[in-house]
Amino acid sequence: MSLSPKQIESIAHLARLELKPEEIPVYADSLSRIFGLVGELDRAQTAQVEPMAHPLEQVQRLRADEATSPNQRELYQRNAPQVEGGLYLVPKVIE
Amino acid sequence: MSGEWETVIGLEIHAQLATKSKIFSGSPTAYGAEPNTQADLVDLGYPGVLPVLNAEAVRMAVKFGLAVGAVITRRSVFARKNYFYPDLPKGYQISQYELPIVARGSLDVVMEDGTVKTVGITRAHLEEDAGKSQHEGVGVSAIDLNRAGTPLIEIVSEPDMRSAKEAVAYMKKIHTLVRYLGICDGNMQEGSFRCDANVSIRRKGAEKFGTRAELKNLNSFRFVEKAINLEVMRQIDILESGGTVVQETRLYDSDKDETRSMRSKEEANDYRYFPDPDLLPVVLEERFIETVRGSLPELPDQKAARFQQQYGLSLYDAGVLTASKELAAYFEAVAALVPSDPKLAANWVMGDWSAALNKDGLDVAESRLSAAQLAGLLNRIVDNTISGKIAKEVFEAMWAEGLEADAVIASRGLRQITDTGAIEAEIDAIMAANPKQLADYRAGKDKLFGFFVGQVMKSTGGKANPAMLNDLLKKKLAP
Repeated sequence: MSLSPKQIESIAHLARLELKPEEIPVYADSLSRIFGLVGELDRAQTAQVEPMAHPLEQVQRLRADEATSPNQRELYQRNAPQVEGGLYLVPKVIE
Repeated sequence: MSGEWETVIGLEIHAQLATKSKIFSGSPTAYGAEPNTQADLVDLGYPGVLPVLNAEAVRMAVKFGLAVGAVITRRSVFARKNYFYPDLPKGYQISQYELPIVARGSLDVVMEDGTVKTVGITRAHLEEDAGKSQHEGVGVSAIDLNRAGTPLIEIVSEPDMRSAKEAVAYMKKIHTLVRYLGICDGNMQEGSFRCDANVSIRRKGAEKFGTRAELKNLNSFRFVEKAINLEVMRQIDILESGGTVVQETRLYDSDKDETRSMRSKEEANDYRYFPDPDLLPVVLEERFIETVRGSLPELPDQKAARFQQQYGLSLYDAGVLTASKELAAYFEAVAALVPSDPKLAANWVMGDWSAALNKDGLDVAESRLSAAQLAGLLNRIVDNTISGKIAKEVFEAMWAEGLEADAVIASRGLRQITDTGAIEAEIDAIMAANPKQLADYRAGKDKLFGFFVGQVMKSTGGKANPAMLNDLLKKKLAP
């Protein structure tokens, strides 16, 4: 399978990655080869196989409904580039 | 609205589950806390953290599923819904996709005219809520992640509704149900209960659905109705002028009373769902499901059916009185004290009492009158101490001052006149004072009967027993 430059641009946009124009053919080539590798799985006979949601043969354990996390805002916000009035500030996003 | 178009509506209702902690972390979920004081490392999407599922959220989702007669999925799976927005720091929302915890169910909705509409429920899945963003600042958005990770159940309906009214009735029914079940506080102002509406139109009789628009974040029943009606008009205008409807997400602006395009859904829809490797499949044992079933309260439909049978109410009235557990309990408390006339109790609870609550913006629990006080008033109607009309006056005084009916009736001298002699004396006086009207009436002007009723009521301060007055007047006025 070969990915077009347009598909590469769209994937990059979904991943919020900025690509230089000269990088597009590079990614087109390497991503296409990864697809080829994964594509080999298509040849496996899976008609009789039940889809697997998780490789571990276990079921989800549940947590009791208790509020156990204390407020550590100050600690966490030391890690943030910009905060104000307890709010995290990020570059403006508006739809 | 143009007659030849049919509206098709499906709703996605988001109900925040009333758990103490978040769906995948131990952060508290209380509303209104200082920003970001209820967001821990899991909610903030720090690397290396693992989500652990809240047992109570699972139990609540199952409770909902059982209440709408749905299939409970014995093995459900969480999936990542990928999109970038700062109110969701992980870059994905943990939701359910192919295997939701609640599969196909349905709900009966009673319309105002008494017809019953069955709405199919496609599915209901568990997911986490996102944080909140504010965009007032210059060049920056401000993020509060307290809400991030709050458990939600998203209830997806079939496109079964054919009018805004049906959509609102269905949404109200779900609202009633989640509060009965105690799984959501239903507070729409705080965003605990909100909905998106998928709206399309098609020619009457057409099989194929038209292209739909998704109306986002409708957080009041009134807005749902208004936004849907606006959207239907917009789509009719487009199609009747030869255009085509674009599939898109639209935002309802209640200030301008219009819907406007938010973004093209094509791109936004590329969510690349895949099973979340951080979470294992959720397996529910039969015994667990049966325990939850055993914990279900009397549900709105069951209660409404009982009210119809036990109190002789109409389907619609029974529906109104069972709209909330609290309202139903208040009505039953009143009805128990007015055993001879439960319909009178129903009419007063739905009428003057509900109107008084609304006017003062009060909840049932905040009623200025206890069920016993209201029943005390109704019993004075039943035993003919006062007329229904005077009762309204007594009610107002009771409501304003928190008094007992008997106290108001006594202090204002409102006791009904049921003494034949006294009423006759009043009639005689009125007849004597109005010889012209009396002559006209006797000459065939039947309409003047009302005049005499009015005069006697006026002279007795409305206290003459209406039925007795009518009988006596007829006799006295006869030539």
